[in-house]
Amino acid sequence: MARKLPMYKAISEAIAQEMEKDNSVFVMGEDIGTYGGIFGATTGLLQKFGPERIKDTPISESAFIGGALGAASKGMRPIAELMFVDFFGVAMDQIYNHIAKAHYMSNGHIKMPIVIMTAIGGGYGDAAQHSQCLYGLFAHVPGLKIVIPSNSYDAKGLMTAAIRDDNPVMYFFHKGLMGLGWMPSPDEAAVDVPEEPYTIPLGEAKIVKEGKDATIVTVSRMVYEALWAAKELEKDGISAEIIDLRTLVPLDKKTVINSVKKTGRLLVVDEDYRSYGMTGEIVSLVSEKIGHDLKTPPRRLAYPDVPVPYSRALEKFVLPDKDRIKGTVKEMMT
Amino acid sequence: MAEISNEILLSMYKTMYKIRTYEETLGSIYYEGKSPAFDISAGPIPGELHLSSGQEAAAVGICMHLKPEDAIVGTHRAHHFAIAKGVDLKEMTAEIFGKTTGLSSGKGGHMHLFDANVNFSCSGIVGASFPQATGVGIAAKIQGKDYVAVAVGGDGAANQGTFHESLNLAALWKLPVIFVIEDNSWAISVEKDKSTSVGKNSERAKAYGIPGVYVDGGDVIAVYEVAKEAVERARRGEGPSLIEVKVYRFRGHFEGDPQLYRPKEDLEEAKAKDPIKKLEKQLIDREIIKEEELKKMQDEIEMEIEETIEFARQSPYPEPQEALENVFYRE
Repeated sequence: MARKLPMYKAISEAIAQEMEKDNSVFVMGEDIGTYGGIFGATTGLLQKFGPERIKDTPISESAFIGGALGAASKGMRPIAELMFVDFFGVAMDQIYNHIAKAHYMSNGHIKMPIVIMTAIGGGYGDAAQHSQCLYGLFAHVPGLKIVIPSNSYDAKGLMTAAIRDDNPVMYFFHKGLMGLGWMPSPDEAAVDVPEEPYTIPLGEAKIVKEGKDATIVTVSRMVYEALWAAKELEKDGISAEIIDLRTLVPLDKKTVINSVKKTGRLLVVDEDYRSYGMTGEIVSLVSEKIGHDLKTPPRRLAYPDVPVPYSRALEKFVLPDKDRIKGTVKEMMT
Repeated sequence: MAEISNEILLSMYKTMYKIRTYEETLGSIYYEGKSPAFDISAGPIPGELHLSSGQEAAAVGICMHLKPEDAIVGTHRAHHFAIAKGVDLKEMTAEIFGKTTGLSSGKGGHMHLFDANVNFSCSGIVGASFPQATGVGIAAKIQGKDYVAVAVGGDGAANQGTFHESLNLAALWKLPVIFVIEDNSWAISVEKDKSTSVGKNSERAKAYGIPGVYVDGGDVIAVYEVAKEAVERARRGEGPSLIEVKVYRFRGHFEGDPQLYRPKEDLEEAKAKDPIKKLEKQLIDREIIKEEELKKMQDEIEMEIEETIEFARQSPYPEPQEALENVFYRE
């Protein structure tokens, strides 16, 4: 039976079901117990599983994220939450030098079934240290799988897959998709979610809207900005195809290439910073494979290379949105 | 108490009253446009807002000993230290409103206040202040100056690696740094005894061979006295100190925090330790000020806050394209 769930409940349900089935799964993080996670991703877990398996930690990220590595090395399947992606700086060594590399450096003798989850995204006035996306930074490091769901169905299936994966997975939920009530979230992000556990394989993008004139590749909350833009473009006789990558690592190259082959036009939209990130990666991929077949040079819309400003007037100016997507696609058609 | 002049006592009262009035005023403005359904992105002050009501004595007792050239590196909850350090209140308020007249023309916001005139800064990352203040201490030593640095962190921040690394470095190099832990008992929803292996962070000073003192932030005079010693020691070049101030968080971690994790009695106990009420009683009992003079003083402060808020409200928003400016320094 499926019922409509907000994304935060879909995530906590996935974790709860895996914890019921597998005693090695446990959760550590700041305010994930009594509070249920500042963004609700661990709602109800403490009540169900108790403090031995749902561990509120001190604000000691190196300790509990590095601790996830140690626990994983002894057969546990830790989930570590760090409230905002912006906070990862203090624990980066454990992630990019250790968790990401242990399997490789041991030539496969050690496995790292770890999920690290965190909140991303701005648009609500939380300024430079609480609004970033930064998944591009982690996707850059070999050895980390990168998951970024855009709706509650994907959120549950991808979380279940992430927990069952024997590799480190970084799971990024957008605050503005969680359906929290106190944070604006598009209604479309809360969809029907089956009660029973299911997985969505990591590395399968989803065509969320079919079209023939231009391909928009994006992820997370920008999926909705693209969908709203595409709706308006339809009225102007332009048919956009929208791809939600869902995971950056592994990357579903085939779906992207096939779509751009069909449309001949590529726009990549991202809320993460522009330079050296997802937009550049997708444009390179397409250029290398089928650059000669494009009808127009590929384009990208991303967060310009500036920190997130606080003032509403400033933040609105730098955040990619429906209108800018629409305008860019129109330019590509002329 | 005998050695503290009436002038200093009154000055501390004024600043504490100003901080409280300011915070409570912001606390109500924050909900404008955010009702009936709470929407964090709406209203004149969007995003998170962490207010310091109840924690005034920590800031005031320490800042009384500081000069403009002394630095403070604060936390996400820093308005009380900013005000006590003398940050321009109008510019600070305009910044919190995201206006072009703000300290950073709206780029920073409430967690990222920078006022180079009085060497004040703060940030939204827990534990980030300790190494930065340590660096100010390094500069003072190299330059041969007698300014000092104050690093502020919450009790939650004392479990960060940065805290321990900085204490060790500052002790090793005898740097003029005062490490201040504001113990409000809560790291958001996690109580201190569930996150910290020792009862008092001040005891951790022993591990680094420096003085560590625990002081009640319900009593600004006690904080003043402890801070005096630490600041003087730093200025004399004798090295860092750690002061843990027991403070009382009157509001949520952030505005809109339902505080379901917090027992009602905890808040009631906190309010009973109000440092402003305590000092007020002392001032009246010792006949340092008459009630009507006190009332006049309060009225003046309230009027100043009102004017400040009006200034911020009336100020224009920055031009949108300014968002792209000042990533890098240009001559």
